[in-house]
Amino acid sequence: MLTLTYDVGNIWLDALLGVLAIVGLMTVGTLALIWLERKVSARIQMRLGPMHVGPYGLLQTLADAVKLIGKEDIRPRNADRWIFELAPFAVFVPVFVALVALPFTRDWAVSFLDLGVFFVVAVTGLSFVGFLMAGWASDNKYALLGGLRAAAQLISYEVPLVLSLIAVSMIVGSLSLSEIVIYQGRVPLFVWQPLAFFIFFVAALAELERQPFDIPTAESEVVGGPFIEYSGIRWSMFFLASYTGLIVYSMLGALVFLGGWDWPLGRELGLWWQLVLIVAKTGFLILLFMWIRFAMPRLRIDQLMSYCWKVLIPLAFLQIFLNGLVLVYDWPDIMLLITSGAGLLLAGYVIDRAVRVEPRTLRLVPAGRRAKPAPAGAESGGT
Amino acid sequence: MTVAQIIFYLIAALAVGGALGVVLARNAVYAALFLILALLAVAGVYILLGSEFLALVQVLIYAGAITVLLLFALMLTRTTDVAESMTGAQWPLAVVVSMLLGGLLIVTVTTSDWPGDADGTITRILFEDLGAALFTQWAVPFEIASLVLFVALVGAIVIAREEEGE
Repeated sequence: MLTLTYDVGNIWLDALLGVLAIVGLMTVGTLALIWLERKVSARIQMRLGPMHVGPYGLLQTLADAVKLIGKEDIRPRNADRWIFELAPFAVFVPVFVALVALPFTRDWAVSFLDLGVFFVVAVTGLSFVGFLMAGWASDNKYALLGGLRAAAQLISYEVPLVLSLIAVSMIVGSLSLSEIVIYQGRVPLFVWQPLAFFIFFVAALAELERQPFDIPTAESEVVGGPFIEYSGIRWSMFFLASYTGLIVYSMLGALVFLGGWDWPLGRELGLWWQLVLIVAKTGFLILLFMWIRFAMPRLRIDQLMSYCWKVLIPLAFLQIFLNGLVLVYDWPDIMLLITSGAGLLLAGYVIDRAVRVEPRTLRLVPAGRRAKPAPAGAESGGT
Repeated sequence: MTVAQIIFYLIAALAVGGALGVVLARNAVYAALFLILALLAVAGVYILLGSEFLALVQVLIYAGAITVLLLFALMLTRTTDVAESMTGAQWPLAVVVSMLLGGLLIVTVTTSDWPGDADGTITRILFEDLGAALFTQWAVPFEIASLVLFVALVGAIVIAREEEGE
């Protein structure tokens, strides 16, 4: 039988097999996702997308990958050699390590950890180092700005992400991904915890730096951010990390909120049905991420920060508080849905109000500029 | 040597190498990145000792959050100027102080009577027990720590507000 936990007897061989499986998943997954993203964007924008290489352009990303690998590996003359060359790895490794802890099916994972949720969050939180390294070492103003933006955004949105997962693990009473899935045998957690699911989804969107949160790499502002000086294989490593991150967060969402490999078909499923379920749920979340990417305009950086600190984090604390109430007073499960649903309505109201309000002038102007009194009626906002 | 020992020596070498890098690197950004390496290696030691929770907290807080502050500060200032000031006029004094501190630490570690784990067996502490202890037996110190952090947070906001003027 195909199991990654199959005991081959040798600890090193076992580790090697696990790593090979993850690398295979990453590479194939990334190639497939880039094709899919181009097709989805084409569909949304009423184009055809890649059509010429292979049937329906299926081999287009393969051709692109060959082209990228063949390209010259350019390093700017003033770049800091070691940090510049190591930065793609520093982005890539954390995402790669996070995949190790994700259980794909009931008994199919590289490693089952008791603290699986915590592990994934802690490890993916390290990828900011790579962005800062890339930004600083490129010796390019746009790259540095992009790197700092990336670090600020990743650190900020990690807080609501962690808090939403804490809310869920309060209900389940465990941080193990397997146990969270088993808990959702009959009702998946997005039913009981809609607010936490919403917070998780938005924070994951920001952690992945996808639109509307792609501020660190915004082409019209910092022309690609930390990646600006990279080319060829190193540039493609950033993309590998980005799409693997998409897989990691989608699968985390599928496991924690959508019932993983269990719901709704029951516990006695064979391996293949479990795989079908987990792939379908992960794919659903991936498509949702892509759909949002091509449907939403980009936020401004001050909107991004205030949305995180003033909306998402208080709502996440509210969710934890509500769950605490339900747990302490032993209310029935339905109260989870009622309280969390009310919280989600509140979130919707807050966001709706923020969207309708007239744009104000930017608060993040440099100190020197603020001394001058603003001309009357300068309410247009944005610089 | 067992597998665990081989892994321990690898990790320990990384930790020591990283720590030496922090001190010896001419470039402050290099030093900060070496610090991340050293902190991650220490997290590896925690995993070998069977305390995964501590290891993950180390990764999340020390390697993940504290160093971002250092890197932010370093990258927003001109770090090339710092390289010359690596040895100041007070370096003999610094040597004496660090030798004394190192000696004190070595004496403490070797002479203390460590409870439990010193005989080589590893007692695993479930993180559920850890949480229970933190919120019942040690609830007051925990609350004091969070209060201190909260005050620091408010202070930071106040200082940032003052710089904004008006």
